[in-house]
Amino acid sequence: MNDLTPTKEQREARLEGMGCKRKRVEDIRFTQGKGNYVDDIKLPGMLFGDFVRSTYAHARIKRIDTSKAKALPGVRAVLTADDLKPLNLHYMPTLAGDVAAVLADEKVLFQNQEVAFVVADDRYIAADAIELVEVEYEELEPLTNPFKAMDADAPLLREDIKGKMEGAHGPRKHYNHIFNWQVGDREAADDIFASAPVKTKDTYWYHRTHPSPLETCQSLASYDKVTGHLTIYGTFQAPHVVRTVVSMLSGIPESKVHVIAPDIGGGFGNKVGVYPGYVCSIVASIVLGKPVKWVEDRMENLSTTSFARDYHMTTELASTQDGKILGMRCYVLADHGAFDACADPTKWPAGFMNICTGSYGIPVAHLEVDGVYTNKASGGVAYRCSFRVTEAVYAIERAVEVLAQKLGMDSADLRLKNFIRREQFPYKSALGWEYDSGDYHLAMNKAMEAVGYRQLRAEQAEKRAAFQRGETREVMGIGVSFFTEIVGAGPSKNCDILGVGMFDSCEIRIHPTGSAIARMGTKSQGQGHETTYAQIVATELGIPADQIQVEEGNTDTAPYGLGTYGSRSTPVAGAAIAMASRKIRAKMQMIAAHLLEVHHNDLDWDIDGYQVKGLPEKRIGVKEIAWAAYHQPIPNLEPGLEAVNYYDPPNMTYPFGAYFCVMDIDVDTGAAKVRRFYALDDCGTRINPMIIEGQVHGGLTEAFAVAMGQEIRYDAAGNVMGASFMDFFVPTAVETPHWETDFTVTPSPHHPIGAKGVGESPHVGGVPCFSNAVNDALSFCGSVHIDMPHDAWRIWEAAEKLGLHKAA
Amino acid sequence: MSKIQKMHVTMTVNGETVEGLVEPRTLLIHFIREHLLLTGAHIGCDTGHCGACTLDIDGKSVKSCTMFAVQAEGSSIVTIEGLAAPDGTLHALQEGFRMMHGLQCGYCTPGMILRAHRLLIENPNPTEAEIRFGISGNLCRCTGYQNIVRAIQYAAAKLNGTQFQEAAE
Ligand code: FES
Ligand code: FES
Repeated sequence: MNDLTPTKEQREARLEGMGCKRKRVEDIRFTQGKGNYVDDIKLPGMLFGDFVRSTYAHARIKRIDTSKAKALPGVRAVLTADDLKPLNLHYMPTLAGDVAAVLADEKVLFQNQEVAFVVADDRYIAADAIELVEVEYEELEPLTNPFKAMDADAPLLREDIKGKMEGAHGPRKHYNHIFNWQVGDREAADDIFASAPVKTKDTYWYHRTHPSPLETCQSLASYDKVTGHLTIYGTFQAPHVVRTVVSMLSGIPESKVHVIAPDIGGGFGNKVGVYPGYVCSIVASIVLGKPVKWVEDRMENLSTTSFARDYHMTTELASTQDGKILGMRCYVLADHGAFDACADPTKWPAGFMNICTGSYGIPVAHLEVDGVYTNKASGGVAYRCSFRVTEAVYAIERAVEVLAQKLGMDSADLRLKNFIRREQFPYKSALGWEYDSGDYHLAMNKAMEAVGYRQLRAEQAEKRAAFQRGETREVMGIGVSFFTEIVGAGPSKNCDILGVGMFDSCEIRIHPTGSAIARMGTKSQGQGHETTYAQIVATELGIPADQIQVEEGNTDTAPYGLGTYGSRSTPVAGAAIAMASRKIRAKMQMIAAHLLEVHHNDLDWDIDGYQVKGLPEKRIGVKEIAWAAYHQPIPNLEPGLEAVNYYDPPNMTYPFGAYFCVMDIDVDTGAAKVRRFYALDDCGTRINPMIIEGQVHGGLTEAFAVAMGQEIRYDAAGNVMGASFMDFFVPTAVETPHWETDFTVTPSPHHPIGAKGVGESPHVGGVPCFSNAVNDALSFCGSVHIDMPHDAWRIWEAAEKLGLHKAA
Repeated sequence: MSKIQKMHVTMTVNGETVEGLVEPRTLLIHFIREHLLLTGAHIGCDTGHCGACTLDIDGKSVKSCTMFAVQAEGSSIVTIEGLAAPDGTLHALQEGFRMMHGLQCGYCTPGMILRAHRLLIENPNPTEAEIRFGISGNLCRCTGYQNIVRAIQYAAAKLNGTQFQEAAE
């Protein structure tokens, strides 16, 4: 060794592996306008499809006349349900075991439902043609209130399954009922509630909202009539699943269906499902033998493709007088809209709602969920969360606040008293999960200290006194939330999508000169996989990250994977990368042993190569090993250096965090100002701290949006209100608060690199934190619970109801 | 409906004279994306709210979905594809957005950068509040804006030749 020999630290730094704030690879193209999104793709002879949509929420279709539209020059086809029926494509299966109409069959069930698909030479002609399609409707009574869905005289919505009283998740109680799902021990829970000294019971409505990524859903299908190959570009968070579904529906062998998900402009759960637009562009392309593109506009996006939430959650806690929680009961009425199209693992009709015991050692619990149909768009997707986890965390985190209020106890202290303790992990919850690891007390104490929690409470007490003395019209709220997420779905023994186990995959190939390509079954929508996945390989294999190409979203080249949602990329695909890398490293060890003429057990891995035990200067680097793998016969080894791994996780991972929000509310205007927001996240091993921080900022901003105003609302006639960025709240840079981030690290014990996933935590923990701040601000005036979204009008309304506007 | 008469348009885009035949109703964003194949600018809404389509037109930031191509007759337009120097050196904003992690999915980024570009010409030394107000016509669903603000501060410092210390976490 001489002065020029790089030190261990230098060699490590050169790799830009795990833990490094590596700058993103993707940004090079995105900052120069060279991203490649679906609508950027233009194929020769490409046509453009667009929908005629229902003006009514519930109506019978008496007649559709397409003749004028078809006569318009430039129009190539107009499809209706009658055209799809012979192909058996007028309905498609949903991920939840229901079917959804592709084009309305005899009836429309929600406003803006797809009624006919027009295909024309360009998007302007398609828009003209839509105006020329005549649809005659007979209005039917709309059903918009989920609480009335199972009334004896409720209008019948789904005529197509009228007589089918056995649903995908068991018996249906009523023609508008979808499923009843129960977890836990009802009898034991009832016993606890019969005798508990303190009980709370409230209904929290987690309102309907929408993931609304900046790029809407879109697809471009191209069927080659000569070869029988179908190529589909689309905004697909799960490209392989799309390929399987398309093959099943069309009868085209999966080997001839090529699905490509190019760059995606945000997903947040919106791009998991299969939508009529995708199906119609494919059918039109097969029929016409030309490429057909479909691009949703914003109005269509917000009002048709996949809403999120809409859970009415009656939540009860039982406790001792001194705040030991004894039991929980939760009953949910879930409004699914016209079809059950929520994107959950198939056996989980309410997703992972049974994580609703939260971060607390609640010994006994029972959860029951009823899903019902209404005349609204279908969906129920996981908007920046793992399957219904935001709903679950909202229920428990509101309930804990309400209990603290009833007990006259500080809500942070109540949490500390009931947390699952570090030594209890792995912890089996009353509703069936096994939490992998955590140190909740450490995280909570660190967070409380960082924000100066006790001082904040003291300041709040002073402000409240000043308010009561009439010296100020402002009230201060302190939002506390402590969440446990459940991500990384999931073990194929209990998680599948349409029967396909929810493993994920990675194939790594090392080239002769030592650079590499990793191909993945997941698909980034902005999470930066090309950057972070390469960091995992870099650390595992000692190859600099900038020499590792990561490829996703191509079903012809990538091994089968279940895609990116529910924060599953790092927990599942990240593990597959580590495991594939380790297979390669095992082979590299054999090659190194041969080259160094020692037994392979006499070698140690050392950052970017193997060295002989006790002889650090006798070493060989990865580059030389790769070269040898292709250029030198090694006894008993095949040439080449590659591996593939399908990773079936043994358990989910359970990221957690402690969030605090300080808010000032003007009771006369209802305006709420976030003074401070602090987020401590524990996502286990941290792969790229810069990207984690960015994910936390983004998730918090979406949480702020949802809690403070973002809503898809319907009027009594089933008209969707405000499905545009004019009314749908998307915060700008002006109203978005400043975010403070922090962390603790509790690695996942069952994950090869200990990582848990982070993209959704800030949303899951953020929403209750904002809502708790608003509720906390007004609690001293006698308020127990105010529903979201907390826009200025609703806060003002709540203050009005509390009598705060009465002249003194 | 009778066939719509096409019109001839000429404009300067990224320093080059371009021309085309368009219907009077063709939106400028569609002309730029689909005729000129400059697909950096995106479409994110139907109501002029998102700013994904922002271009720099005759010294102003313009949401190009709110304008017809024929209205841009004779205009001088800069798109994201024309922001780097001719030798390929990135603009300070392009560099800043990467250094400060000011983007995730990248869909808002071209519009955001072009808007920031005009902002920094009008106000080379903006405060954080001025930056936030200055980009409030551009929506981002991914980043929460904090790192976009830092990216713009980074670029401002670089363009002014001053020091910018803070790095994205
Ligand atoms: S596309 Fe949204 S403002 Fe132009
Ligand atoms: S980076 Fe995705 S919208 Fe801004």
